[in-house]
Amino acid sequence: MALVTTTKGDMDDSLLEKREGSVDNDIECTTWTEYWLDGELVHRSAHVTLKTSPFSGAETASLG
Amino acid sequence: MANTQSMCTSFLGEALDAVHNFSTLNPARSAGVADTFKAALYLTTATLNASTTAYSATGEVSGSGYTAGGVAVTNATNPASTNASSTAGVGYWTPSAAIVYTSVTLATAFDTMLMYNSSQSNKAVAVFTFGSQTITAGNFTLTMPSNTTTTALVRLATT
Repeated sequence: MALVTTTKGDMDDSLLEKREGSVDNDIECTTWTEYWLDGELVHRSAHVTLKTSPFSGAETASLG
Repeated sequence: MANTQSMCTSFLGEALDAVHNFSTLNPARSAGVADTFKAALYLTTATLNASTTAYSATGEVSGSGYTAGGVAVTNATNPASTNASSTAGVGYWTPSAAIVYTSVTLATAFDTMLMYNSSQSNKAVAVFTFGSQTITAGNFTLTMPSNTTTTALVRLATT
């Protein structure tokens, strides 16, 4: 038994339907967890792990 | 309208101007104290890209538990640099902890985080995009990549 923060206050997870998902690609690895109560979404959390950054190059000019 | 991941062009010039201080070792000003960087979230309908010069509330998410401007970025590790060869090297920096928006409800889809310097007139650093998300009475966590020469969140490199 665990308590889940929901739009209706803290609820015992045994009363809720849990749904989980994930996506893993070149940009990110993301997981999410949803809890539903009688067809209503009452909690959704997401965890994004960034894989890429906006790389920036640099160079010097030649002299002469 | 769409957001595009990019280093902000203004940041590149400002880096040479010593506007942004990521380090506690900066001797130019406020030695021993790095600037405060923040992370704000933006809707999928916003338009953030390389032309973004500063934080703006336009297109920013809103909802329970979220404060306009976002959250402060943990910066306990100074930037580092290393040579890959005699002609190429990289300077790099990554926040030292995950960026977490705790107990929020963000009902409208968002897909972008803008990192900006709240110590320097909210000047923009970079735009980071990810898959569209919503949050309901939950947490949104952005875990940083490893702070290495090839994966760090902010990298300036010769090629």
